[in-house]
Amino acid sequence: MDKPSGLLVRSHCVGTTAVVYASDYLNKLTGERIERECRRQLNCGCRALVIDFSDTKLVNSIGISILLGIIDVAEKNGAKIAFSDVNSQTVQLFEMLGLTRHVVLAKDEREALLTLSGFETTPIVH
Amino acid sequence: MELSTQKLIHTFGALADLGQEIAGRGDFTEMVRTSMHLLLGTLALRRGAVAECVESELRSVASWGVTDQIFKELSISCEEKQEFHTGQVSDFLISSSPGSSNFVNRYRQKFAQEEIALILPMIVRDEITGVVLLGRKASGEEFSPDDFETVHAMVRHIGVGIHTHRLLEQVAERAEENRRLYEELRTIYRATVRSFAAAIDAKDKYTQGHSERVGRYSEIIAREMGWSEDEVEGIQIAGYLHDVGKLVVDRDIINAPYNINAKESSELNRHPAAGYEILAPINHPYADIPLMAKYHHERLDGRGYPEGLRDEQIPIGAKIVSLADSFDAMTTDRPYRRRRSFEDVVRDLRENSGTQFDGKVVAAFARALLKEVKGESKERRITKMLGKDYLQDENVAMLLADLITDLTAVGSAARSYK
Repeated sequence: MDKPSGLLVRSHCVGTTAVVYASDYLNKLTGERIERECRRQLNCGCRALVIDFSDTKLVNSIGISILLGIIDVAEKNGAKIAFSDVNSQTVQLFEMLGLTRHVVLAKDEREALLTLSGFETTPIVH
Repeated sequence: MELSTQKLIHTFGALADLGQEIAGRGDFTEMVRTSMHLLLGTLALRRGAVAECVESELRSVASWGVTDQIFKELSISCEEKQEFHTGQVSDFLISSSPGSSNFVNRYRQKFAQEEIALILPMIVRDEITGVVLLGRKASGEEFSPDDFETVHAMVRHIGVGIHTHRLLEQVAERAEENRRLYEELRTIYRATVRSFAAAIDAKDKYTQGHSERVGRYSEIIAREMGWSEDEVEGIQIAGYLHDVGKLVVDRDIINAPYNINAKESSELNRHPAAGYEILAPINHPYADIPLMAKYHHERLDGRGYPEGLRDEQIPIGAKIVSLADSFDAMTTDRPYRRRRSFEDVVRDLRENSGTQFDGKVVAAFARALLKEVKGESKERRITKMLGKDYLQDENVAMLLADLITDLTAVGSAARSYK
């Protein structure tokens, strides 16, 4: 698994599903990094995306907009998308704004991977 | 937390971020892009774009999920812009049946293809500066009256941000234009002064180019002394004009300075004060030019003219021009004598430092020349003015180094005159 660094987004692939880890505060800077990483994974052939929010405490408006963009890109690529390990406050926000209509919310990464189809057991580390 | 409270907190957070973004002085496109994201994220709108009105065209500044192609196909007439002032919000909702907005009606199909749900104008001081295209809400819900209030407020903010940025751009353009005009004026001023210097020198057939050289020597000394570019330019001008007072002195007296009687000598010595009178009424872009002309024949020991000032009473600029003037006089041929050897000139400078010349000024000039002799400076300006044969003596560098050492060790000998 990649180590997180100042400019890199932590991610790994499980089969054709990419797991991308959001940082503690999802704002413009970090949101754009995640978006780039998601686009990269989709361009590399991933058919499903899991965005893991286990480190994320707060998502602001820009973060919401960028997540909607990721959802849009995923849909256009025919890829499924799940959000995992989202804290209760952020879940409320996603529900209030209607993001949950477009993504699967999973308790954790494992549940997200199980929920999404195309699950493979051999991890591919980027 | 209650849903309405959470929504308020989310909206307030976005408004606060928007205010900060618009008040910032960052990149314009980035500001608009961030503002657009804040707007879209507040209501979780799936796509959107911000476009500026440039006459009848709409130019995309930022877009998210909307293709830029659409803007190439859009145009807006003056009448259609007016509709934004008078129309109801429902007129600008794409999902509604045709309303009173011709602009929306004309492009309804294109907007629908791009999944645009609402068009809002950016109005600043009654002028449509642009439009914001907004997609549907991720929740699938229709826009509520509260949503309209929120997006209206945010769009107004963005409009003001764009307007302010454009104003600042115009101010910057004007400032740049003024800077260019000022630079042109300075160039014209310098050219005029140089022509004037040539006219001064033309009066004395044996000192052709003298004022020009004094200007250059003065500039070199001032730069060596660490003066600012503006000050250096100022003293160069003072050098060009230091002898302007000679214009009022009889040509015969100027051309025969060693064959004149006491009355004529007094007439010749009047030229610094006359120069001051000529230059003082002119509003020069640099300080103290008239004073530098007036006092360029003053000496540190008080034996100069016109006022017999001593050392610190003499402006430093006048001391520089004085040295430049004397150096040029010593190193150019005159009808009544050949120019002096460099060794002789250095001896003169050493002996008269502290009495006639300021030692610090002489040292600075010697440093500048030494750098040229040793090839340490990019240009060889002094040596060029002196002519290629003048500094052939292999001892030149040593003479200059010794002079600098002596002047530095002794300090300003003028102190003994205080």
